[in-house]
Amino acid sequence: MERVMSEWVDIGALEDIPVRGARKVRTPIGCVGVFRTNANEVYALVDACPHKGGPLSEGIVHGRAVTCPLHNWVIALDTGLAQGADEGAVPTVPTRLENGRILIDRAAVTLRAAAE
Amino acid sequence: MAQRLVVIGAGMASGRALEELFALDPDAYDVTLFGAEPRGNYNRLMLSPVLSGEKTYEEIITHDAAWYAANRVTCRFGEAVTAVDRARKVVITAQGETPYDKLIVATGSQPFIIPVPGRDLPGVITFRDLDDVNRMREAAAVPGAKAVVIGGGLLGLEAAAGLRMQGMEVTVLHLMPHLMERQLDPAAAYLLQKELERRGISVRCKANTHAIEGTDKVEGVKLDDGTVIPADIVVMAVGIRPDTALAKEAGLACGRGVHVDDRMVTSDPDVLGVGECVEHDGMVYGLVAPLYEMGRVLARTLVGEAGAYRGSVMNTKLKVTGVDLFSAGDFAEGDDRDEIVFRDPARGVYKRIVLRDDKVIGAVMYGDTADGAWFFGLLKDRTNVAEMRDMLVFGPAFQGGTRLDPMAAVAALPDDAEICGCNGVCKGSIVNAIKTKGLSSLEDVRAHTKASSSCGTCSGLVEQVMAMTLGDGFEAKRNKSLCACTELTHMDVRRLIKSKELKTMPAVMQECGWKTSCGCASCRPALNYYLLCDWPGEYEDDYQSRFINERVHSNIQKDGTFSVVPRMWGGLTNPSELRAIADAAEKYNVPTVKVTGGQRIDLLGVKKEDLPAIWADLNAAGMVSGQAYAKGLRTVKTCVGTDHCRFGTQDSTGLGVKMEKALWGSWTPAKVKMAVTGCPRNCAEATCKDVGVVCVDSGYDLHIGGAAGLHVKETVVLCKLTAEAEVIEYSAAVIQLYREEAQYLHRMYKWIDVVGLDHIKERVVNDADSRKALADRFYYAQRFMQKDPWAERAAEGVHAHEFKPIAEVA
Ligand code: SRM
Ligand SMILES: Cc1cc2nc3c(=O)[nH]c(=O)nc-3n(C[C@H](O)[C@H](O)[C@H](O)COP(=O)(O)OP(=O)(O)OC[C@H]3O[C@@H](n4cnc5c(N)ncnc54)[C@H](O)[C@@H]3O)c2cc1C
Ligand code: SF4
Ligand code: FES
Repeated sequence: MERVMSEWVDIGALEDIPVRGARKVRTPIGCVGVFRTNANEVYALVDACPHKGGPLSEGIVHGRAVTCPLHNWVIALDTGLAQGADEGAVPTVPTRLENGRILIDRAAVTLRAAAE
Repeated sequence: MAQRLVVIGAGMASGRALEELFALDPDAYDVTLFGAEPRGNYNRLMLSPVLSGEKTYEEIITHDAAWYAANRVTCRFGEAVTAVDRARKVVITAQGETPYDKLIVATGSQPFIIPVPGRDLPGVITFRDLDDVNRMREAAAVPGAKAVVIGGGLLGLEAAAGLRMQGMEVTVLHLMPHLMERQLDPAAAYLLQKELERRGISVRCKANTHAIEGTDKVEGVKLDDGTVIPADIVVMAVGIRPDTALAKEAGLACGRGVHVDDRMVTSDPDVLGVGECVEHDGMVYGLVAPLYEMGRVLARTLVGEAGAYRGSVMNTKLKVTGVDLFSAGDFAEGDDRDEIVFRDPARGVYKRIVLRDDKVIGAVMYGDTADGAWFFGLLKDRTNVAEMRDMLVFGPAFQGGTRLDPMAAVAALPDDAEICGCNGVCKGSIVNAIKTKGLSSLEDVRAHTKASSSCGTCSGLVEQVMAMTLGDGFEAKRNKSLCACTELTHMDVRRLIKSKELKTMPAVMQECGWKTSCGCASCRPALNYYLLCDWPGEYEDDYQSRFINERVHSNIQKDGTFSVVPRMWGGLTNPSELRAIADAAEKYNVPTVKVTGGQRIDLLGVKKEDLPAIWADLNAAGMVSGQAYAKGLRTVKTCVGTDHCRFGTQDSTGLGVKMEKALWGSWTPAKVKMAVTGCPRNCAEATCKDVGVVCVDSGYDLHIGGAAGLHVKETVVLCKLTAEAEVIEYSAAVIQLYREEAQYLHRMYKWIDVVGLDHIKERVVNDADSRKALADRFYYAQRFMQKDPWAERAAEGVHAHEFKPIAEVA
């Protein structure tokens, strides 16, 4: 597989996401949810719950986790792992916060599309 | 011969660096020190106490004339360096050129000024040097003068506290939802804000400055929402920027700050940098501790000794006398980490220690910071704390001390706090009755004080007051707590919100001793409802604590699309509404149009991005949200009634419409469904609704407590009425009582099971004053609730961020 260099793309300002909220980014691999925690950290996950594909970006954000809006699975934002008794994981997308701007790793949202 | 060392900037960093240098070798360099300020090095941190009047300028001078003389430092104060010619190795000032062998750039930072209209008006002051402080003190000397401080961070709050101590009327404007958001979590920020307000400083968070107003000097600050706050001075304390202008001009490599390596050397081997103006390993610093560490390394580099700067871990304290606050490290939440939270509502103490892999990685404390240094030590040394975990939060003195007290919230209540709302019994009277009458059972207390004798929802609190008063002699029943974040039950929390007048979520969590820092997905929606219900017009709905359906005012579908259900008052519609619905369905490619069980039409499968547009179209045809998603009034089903039906006894359709118009929009503990049916044949199924009206020849039977969902419940009759207006008033009163007393997510029938039908009859039927008061409170709240959420979003752009992706990555 060809190695894609990580390239950081600016997707918007921290203020564009409500505290304890999320926004979607459209990408070649589908929607990615970008989450802002109470502590102003930013994480990104592929926007599909490991249970039945629920849009995680519509869930309630608490601590460093989000509760899926469809059937209440709790997904860790930093690892993408389902918490508690539920099992499953969703791919995470690396993010960075620089001077109040949110950057995501382009390679992570194009890689698999390219590999297919 | 000694080499020539020129220093640009007589600030805190250069002062310390020179001390370190002279300690290593007093004779290595002849030093010339340039400072733009007309004075030598002083302790900039201490400008805050100078402003408040607790110290004088003389007391904060760090290096005086004698020191400069003893170390043969040539002082060029009040002389700004305007350029550096690195090729010729000279610095240039208005007075001429000065040659160097080695140069130190220590220019510090520039305060940031937000680019709003009016920022250049006289009276706009920054908070960086002694001149700024003198300007502020001068303004404060005028009796009745007002100050607005923009920025609720460390600097802004020290300015605000100082100006207040100088007698000014002070307002702090802060853009973020809570004060000092970079150093504090919402819980600690709540306590801080409470303390500042107690001192008479008014604090506005989420306040965005629109403009500074005034003709030839500052007169006020205008916010985005149009509010104007009068001001004689505006203190701008929104942040700082490394001062790199000179270095950039001289061609030194700069990012956010002047680039330096581990030895504090810039891109030019003869030029070094130190202090807030430098960037090391991607970091710039705004506190003195790192600058001191840099100074030590810089001095070693200058004398040719080995040394390396590796970045700093920092901690923060706020220098406002009487405010104890400490924060260090990374205190965000996370699943890879544990938090230990301790709250003492009585003393206003909050401590939170964040652990990862059994090591302290962050700490926030308010009210009791004595152990701050100890925690900071554990943090810096990466000490494994597994052994002391249980008692860790109590600090070094208490390894083996007390446990968290589940009754702390009740203990903290003042004597006049109301425990039983129905009968107006306060804590003091209960304690008094227990003591004087020697009561020892809940039944006795109930008999003597009337507390918890009506709806009974305060029983838990009464028991806690008993446990507190009787000590070991009484074991309070442990009822099921609201969630894992607290020991208290839903009802305990509801009472405390009232009796302690808690009006924000951080206030509830602090004063009720929450065990987590910001709650969970169970308690947040409940608290949001309780606060919204109890403080109409005051509490600001927290949409991030709402489930998606209520947040975006549509039902989410299994494929992530949404459904749209416009209101059809009483189940009535007309050709133009139907046409608008048909047009919208076509225009937005709605895949399914369905008649619901609630007598209206559901447009299923609408894309989220299309919601505001489809709502706008429906609004244009006079339709509003049917709130088919809300814990609030859903539908009022009606039958055709006297208008058409041969059995109809009253105008059931008309009454249904009136009820829906009066009651829509209100938030309730769970959904509320109603129906008005024209005769006991019950075609509108009124006897399985939360509120149902069965029309009869003699008037109206008002039913409550039905449901036909997971449990099928038949209604019970509350009373018989004779006029439509009565039906509406009684319904409003019942719903208000339900709003005030029920536990979140309990349908009406569950609330009736808890409080008993007699209690409701007592409050709504038998007591006209009580009924009227309930209805009045309901209608007061409706003034804030009856706003079509679709119109706000479609036309006014409320929550626009919800409906479009933040970006597209190709
Ligand atoms: C659309 C509708 C079905 C239909 O096609 O007719 C419907 C659809 C849903 N109902 Fe219902 N209910 C609908 C009438 C009913 C009725 C009948 C009625 O109101 O006369 C009932 C039984 C009566 C009752 O509630 O007592 C009903 C009992 C429920 C329940 C169980 C409630 C309970 O207390 O046990 C739920 C679950 C809940 O609310 O937690 C529910 C929840 C739901 C939700 C909101 C599920 C969800 O959370 O996503 C469904 C949303 C579908 C969607 O995406 O739009 N729905 N639901 C009806 C909308 C009525 C309206 O115009 O607003
Ligand atoms: C009110 C206040 C309270 C603070 N409280 C705290 C606190 O509690 N804890 C904490 O850790 N930190 C605190 N700080 C921050 C701390 O003061 C700074 O981190 C520290 O002063 C930075 O030192 P420095 O030498 O880099 O910059 P400075 O101390 O700002 O010194 C830079 C100097 O360089 C001069 N200069 C700039 N350009 C030129 C030029 N071209 N020619 C000649 N001279 C020039 C400037 O006039 C200035 O005097 C506070 C700051 C302020 C303003
Ligand atoms: S009965 Fe109600 S909740 Fe169940 S599938 Fe049908 S619409 Fe959904
Ligand atoms: S799809 Fe997320 S919990 Fe079911």
